[in-house]
This record gives sequence, structure tokens and C-alpha cells, in this order.
Amino acid sequence: MAHTTAQPAQYNYAIVRNFTIMALVWGVLGMTAGLYIASELAWPFLNFDIPQITFGRLRPVHTTLVIFGFGGSALFATSYYVVQRTCQTRLWGDSLASFTFWGWQAAVALAAISYMAGYTQAREYAEMTWPIDILIAVVWVAYLLIYVMTLRNRSQPHIYVANWFYIAFILATAILHIFNNLAMPVSLFSLSSYSLQSGVQDAMTQWWYGHNAVGFFLTAAFLGMMYYFVPKQVGRPVYSYRLSIIHFWALIFLYMWVGAHHLHWTALPDWTSTLAATFSILLLMPSWGGMINGIMTLSGAWDKLRTDPIIRFLVVALSFYGMSTFEGPLMSLKSVNALSHYTDWTVGHVHSGALGWVAMISFGSLYHLVPRLWDTRMWSTSLIYLHFWLATIGIVLYISAMWVAGIGQGLLLRAFDDYGNLAYTFIETVQFLHQPYVVRALGGLFFVSGIVIMGFNVYMTIRQGRREQAALQAKLA
Amino acid sequence: MPEWLEWFTHMENTKPFALVLFFVTFVGIILYIFTGKKRAERLESYKNIPFDDDDEHRRDEDSEK
Repeated sequence: MAHTTAQPAQYNYAIVRNFTIMALVWGVLGMTAGLYIASELAWPFLNFDIPQITFGRLRPVHTTLVIFGFGGSALFATSYYVVQRTCQTRLWGDSLASFTFWGWQAAVALAAISYMAGYTQAREYAEMTWPIDILIAVVWVAYLLIYVMTLRNRSQPHIYVANWFYIAFILATAILHIFNNLAMPVSLFSLSSYSLQSGVQDAMTQWWYGHNAVGFFLTAAFLGMMYYFVPKQVGRPVYSYRLSIIHFWALIFLYMWVGAHHLHWTALPDWTSTLAATFSILLLMPSWGGMINGIMTLSGAWDKLRTDPIIRFLVVALSFYGMSTFEGPLMSLKSVNALSHYTDWTVGHVHSGALGWVAMISFGSLYHLVPRLWDTRMWSTSLIYLHFWLATIGIVLYISAMWVAGIGQGLLLRAFDDYGNLAYTFIETVQFLHQPYVVRALGGLFFVSGIVIMGFNVYMTIRQGRREQAALQAKLA
Repeated sequence: MPEWLEWFTHMENTKPFALVLFFVTFVGIILYIFTGKKRAERLESYKNIPFDDDDEHRRDEDSEK
């Protein structure tokens, strides 16, 4: 393999630094919003009859800030870093890259403000009103252009597999975002709009988008992160490159078909529902293939788990990836879904993926990245350990509470007496949820505390890096 | 519409067609990846790309200890 090696100074690290900082800022804000709405469900007086902070308005603020603010910024940061390092070339288009930064941050901030003001198009994970949708589409096309042009300028003859996952994520997200947001504004100066589709087609389009947002935004893209940062942190190449190729093609082919499992037992045609469930079961194979590939990368280096907290984050992330990709197909079965749907089991499942997989792999990757971006070492390793334990305990509390809440709720809602009447009133099922909701909020508190500590640790690391740099400059002068 | 195109408008035709098409493609990818010793070596050599421009970073030195 003939290639030239670029020096770090030749890379555009400024854009990676900006996105890294904003990932943490949005992470802290978004997870705090999540903790607050979890507390509102446990103690409803926290709504305070203030419309802007009621559960209904803050919930999309939480999901948007954590998925698009935290997750999105982490993906921009890592993808811009990985494509430069694996292609050994500078990121194409400095100004356009800056535009993606400001455009993305503006979209996230405007979305959060508009939800609190009561403006939403009421599509889950796509609540943004049409002007924000257009801004996102423009930013995304710029992102695609930057990525493709950087790949074209590569010094390496081969495109490393992490980039395949990133490019699939960028392409698929563009398609999903555009088709799910096709709408006719009420007027040029109104934030309201009508969806192009209606009825069951509209629901189908929404969940084709919704589940592929999970598949391509929250899975494929973070697998790109995994395929670069796990080998780098462990100091060993990925277990099997050929398995990663199979993982990629099988995953992106299968994911596109599974969205309809969100609409079991609805007006959706039964065959569509069955097709989605079948593909969901098939999806288990590439998911676990990828998980095993990541875990096996540690073969011969397991001892590093004792001394390296960053590897702990990465391994726990892979374990949760395996667990939630087992739970997902299970819940997509119509018989299981009849119990689990419309209950908190779904919320627990989402968070086992979102906290366990997405957030943990992001934390591990960012801990790897930060010292390299500011050319120093992490300010405190003990705080990384503390963050790891707070996050892990938080997730376990969260998902256990939601299993109890969801399965219990499902059973209560389906219980009949000897005469065929419902055995429990609706309010009894709500009362049952109080204790699990308290435990869930406690789990959230652990998790939020973890990211706040990470934010502090990263802030101190940046200060330390700048001080060292200044001292070096002074010495040279 | 040409007659051969009309054939695709019938679900009983397109469903098995799509099944065969995707299945054959997938099997083709599997065969391509797992056959041929030289190809296997070449593909596996790509796993080292992340280490090709390793930085002499302090954190790396730490993990060596």
C-alpha cells in the first residue's frame, strides 16, 4: 500500500475541536432536560403550570438536544477526524466545514427554542418546523460534499471501513430527512405546515424515518466511530476486516425494512407488519456480527480493561449494543409487541441503546480524542473512572426500572376478570408507575452527574493544553 | 408501457424477483469476501490503516506502560 503520511498540523483539527466542545455542551443540556422530564413524570408538580416547561414541550427538547445536539455533534467531530486520519489528507473545504458547524448548532438551538414556544410538526424525532428542516437539509448536503471530496483527495488507495459507515449514515439521513419532511407550509410566514402524506401512509413514512434514524444515525454512524476508536484505543487492528464488510452490507440492507414494526396492530396492512418483524429478526445477525468483531478486537489485550477506563467505556458500549439489538428484534415480534407497545418497556429499550451504546461509545471516543486535539493528556484519570461508574450504574437503574414499569403496565392493561371486564382501571396502572419512575429519575441523575464530571474534566484538560502550549511558545521565543 | 415493464407491476412477480436478486447479491458478496487466499490477505491488510499515521502521542506512551 503506497501512501504518504500527513502530519497532524496538516489536518483541520479546529473544526473537530468545535464540534467536540458543542457535543458536550448539548449533552449536558439535553441530559439535564431528560432528567427534569423524568422527574416531572415521577412528581408532576414540577410542571408548575408553566407551558414552556411542561413534559409535552420539554420532551422533544430532550430528544433533539441529545440525539442531534450531542450525538450529531459527536458524529461530526469524529467523522471529520476519522476521515482525515484514515485518508491521510486534510478535510476538504475549510469554510464549508465551518458552515456545517454553525448551521448545525443553529438548527439544534432553534429547534429547542421553538418546541418550548409550542411550535412543532408533531413527528417524533422530526419535530422541527419546515424552515429548520430546510436549514438542516442545506447543512447536510454541505456535509456530504465535504466528506466525499475528502475521500476523493485521500492518500490511501483503500477507504477504511469506518468511512463506509459514516458515508452510509450521511446518505441515508439525507434521504430520510427529505422524504419524511415533505410538507406544504400554510403560508410563507407561518411555521405551520401540512404533511404531504396522510393517514396510514403518513404514519408509515414517519416510522420508516423513525427507525432508520435509529439504524443509520444512532447505529451505523456510531459503528463508524467504533471501527476506528476501539482499535486505536486498544492498540490492535479490528478482529476481522472481512467480517466488518459483511457487517456493513448486511446492516444497511436490512435496516431499511424494519420501520413498520413500530406500527404493529394498527391500520397498517398485516403483511407490511410481518415483513418488518421478519427483517428485524434477521437484523440480529449483522448486529451481533459487528458486536463480536468489536469485542474480539480486545483479544490478547483484555488486561487493559484493568488499567484503561476509556476501554471500559468502549467495551460496555459494545455490550449494550449487543443487548439492545437482541431486545429490539424480540420486541418487534407481534406477540411481544402486543404487550410492550405503548408501555415504558419501549422507553427502556430506547435508552439501553441511547445511553448504553450511543452515549458510552461517544464518551470513550471523545476521551480518546480530547487529549489529541489539545495535545496534552486528560486532566484526571480518576474522574474518567468516576464517570464510567456513574454512567454504568445510571443505565442499569434506568433500564431495570423501565422493564418493571413497562412489563407491569402491559400486564395490568391486558388483565381481565372472569366476566371479560378490564381487571384494573387506568388510574391504577398510572399509580403503579410511580416507584419505577422515581428509580428511573435516580438513574438519570447518576448519568447526568457523569457527563457533568466529564465536561469539567474536559474543560480542565483544554486549559491544561493551552497552558502547556503557552509555556512552550514562551520557551521558544 | 412496454410489456416487459408491465411484468414488474405485478407483486407476484416482483416479490420473488427481489428476493432472488438480493439473495444472489448477498451470496455474491459473501463468496467474494471469503474466497481467494490473496484477496483475503489484501482485505485483512486494510485493518491496519488506522495505525498508518500513528501520532507519537503521550497517551499512547502511557498505554504502553
